[in-house]
Amino acid sequence: MDKEYVGFAALPNQLHRKSVKKGFDFTLMVAGESGLGKSTLINSLFLTNLYEDRQVPEASARLTQTLTIERRGVEIEEGGIKVKLTLVDTPGFGDSVDCSDCWLPVVRFIEEQFEQYLRDESGLNRKNIQDSRVHCCLYFISPFGRGLRPLDVAFLRAVHEKVNIIPVIGKADALMPKETQALKQKIREQLKEEEINIYQFPDCDSDEDEDFKRQDAEMKESIPFAVVGSCEVVRDGTRPVRGRRYSWGTVEVENPHHCDFLNLRRMLVQTHLQDLKEVTHDLLYEGYRARCLQSLARPGARDRASRSKLSRQSATEIPLPMLPLADTEKLIREKDEELRRMQEMLEKMQAQMQQSQAQGEQSDAL
Amino acid sequence: MDPLRRSPSPCSPQASSPESPPCEMLGYVGIEAVLDQLKIKAMKMGFEFNIMVVGQSGLGKSTMVNTLFKSKMWKSTPPGLGGPTPQTLQLHSVTHVIEENGVKLKLTVTDTPGFGDQINNDKCWDPILGYINEKYEQYLQEELLITRQRHIPDSRVHCCVYFVPPTGHCLRPLDIEFLQRLCRTVNVVPVIARADSLTIEEREAFRRRIQHNLKTHSIEVYPQKCFDEDVNDRILNSRIRDRIPFAVVGADREHMVNGRCVLGRKTKWGIIEVENMAHCEFPLLRDLLIRSHLQDLKDITHNVHYENYRVIRLNQSHVLPRGPGWVNLAPAPPCQPSSPGLTKVCRWAQDNSDEDS
Repeated sequence: MDKEYVGFAALPNQLHRKSVKKGFDFTLMVAGESGLGKSTLINSLFLTNLYEDRQVPEASARLTQTLTIERRGVEIEEGGIKVKLTLVDTPGFGDSVDCSDCWLPVVRFIEEQFEQYLRDESGLNRKNIQDSRVHCCLYFISPFGRGLRPLDVAFLRAVHEKVNIIPVIGKADALMPKETQALKQKIREQLKEEEINIYQFPDCDSDEDEDFKRQDAEMKESIPFAVVGSCEVVRDGTRPVRGRRYSWGTVEVENPHHCDFLNLRRMLVQTHLQDLKEVTHDLLYEGYRARCLQSLARPGARDRASRSKLSRQSATEIPLPMLPLADTEKLIREKDEELRRMQEMLEKMQAQMQQSQAQGEQSDAL
Repeated sequence: MDPLRRSPSPCSPQASSPESPPCEMLGYVGIEAVLDQLKIKAMKMGFEFNIMVVGQSGLGKSTMVNTLFKSKMWKSTPPGLGGPTPQTLQLHSVTHVIEENGVKLKLTVTDTPGFGDQINNDKCWDPILGYINEKYEQYLQEELLITRQRHIPDSRVHCCVYFVPPTGHCLRPLDIEFLQRLCRTVNVVPVIARADSLTIEEREAFRRRIQHNLKTHSIEVYPQKCFDEDVNDRILNSRIRDRIPFAVVGADREHMVNGRCVLGRKTKWGIIEVENMAHCEFPLLRDLLIRSHLQDLKDITHNVHYENYRVIRLNQSHVLPRGPGWVNLAPAPPCQPSSPGLTKVCRWAQDNSDEDS
């Protein structure tokens, strides 16, 4: 037997097998004004018809529409691995004449998911925690504006510390190459100026080859991605391509010279899906949790904000923070009651056992 | 009516009024030479045309104006550059005199940067309505003077081009609110801006939906159905009404295509030619605004919209400020029976005054 070979090099395979068995779930949010090609892009990205039965609301309906949050789920299977994709849509965003505070329902939704996860994580039964946190938000910017509009800035500032943001320029086939470059530059400057933290694609390792590094740098340079979406296949010359046919030419969706769709798909789906989940869990969720627990802490005891805070002693004395979910406090109290009852039962049983043991010993002795 | 104002529309022959029967001519008199006299007078005086462009920033308004009049009226700003969007709506006018074949046109273009760009766009149409009414007021004041100028300078807005963003769905609430208010005050021509992001089928579907929206909300855009004077007008205008809103693309750079120099936008998958009907409907817009309906736009502004305004002001005449050379106003003129659309328009005037009071 080889003394130096231990055998844990096979660990990644075990992980792979486990994750294939477990499946993978991902929640993606799309936000932006209507008419920027969001639904078409999602259909193109995941090659599904998620929006098949979609009804575009009439103009008179829009006059009274308020922002709603819609969730759509689909299971995609590829190469044996199942991905449960949940899409969160925000129809009505930016539609009305007065859009003040129209981002508040979205912020509340994201925080509700964090709240739910926090509750599940601190609860008793942690076997099947459903992770419904929003892992990524694709924000669509209009190609017709001169960069970010006031509404875009307001929305991004409200959510940038709560969700991974990937800015995207929708309907990018409306722009000439120079215009695209200028617009991207302007958006990057504005994001820096307004101190909005978008999702940073991690740097590639130093031991990757030069080609890969160059590709990676190019992809990072092309943020925000200028995308075109299409599910129709058109014949351009001899070969069929997915694209949009105009009378002056055909835009190919998967042509890197025409738009950044391939870059977006590669970075979002193929290489960084797991990283997005990790950043959501390690950075954004932990930030939320720390804020939440700190506000739970009594004044003067802020540095003791640790997991023990939610134990039996403190939870019932301190009211819950922030989000107005009416039954949260009740649920925590119920669970604590349960815990206390179980503890009491356990003690009683232990006492009974001790008594019966003692009696047994006595009878034995006698 | 001053003969110079009531110029004959080019599309309809001179209709004889119903009261006087046609009379048989016994020889050539030479009356038709009056047309030449009118033409010479008009060319000497020159024409005035005031156009306003309204729409969100980045929809290609300045580029469209440059393309329409084939001159650099404005430096169109490419996306990403240019200053920050103004916090409130500002109106910005530029006047140029352009000449073609001896005909001088004094063109004034009013831009509205900042329209619809804020988070809260409520009442963003008020400055625009205020501007239009202010121009009507200026004209009214000039008209009321005892010693009037021979030719009152006409700064009234003759046409307002409204740029609808190419969402492909339908009109937005902001568009509907704006159009409803403005169609009663000025001639509005809606266009689908930056139409190079829509395919032909998408354009048609979008157009139909917009037409349906306009009908549902009773928005009458130019050319209004009620002002068609005769059958020929109606046929011509129906054809135009069927294609409104035009899907336009603007460009001020020239490119070589098949040996010709054309105005267009060059992308990696082709060149969009602005004046090619297969690519966009810019030629239709240009023909409507300049080649065929320019005088009609001015006539309707003068005969209908301005008269509406004047009626409202005269009804409020007890608050009309006394300017230099103030004249005691006669009671409001009766509705002219010749123009059938005016009755409908009088109804609008009453609606307006009901709203104001």
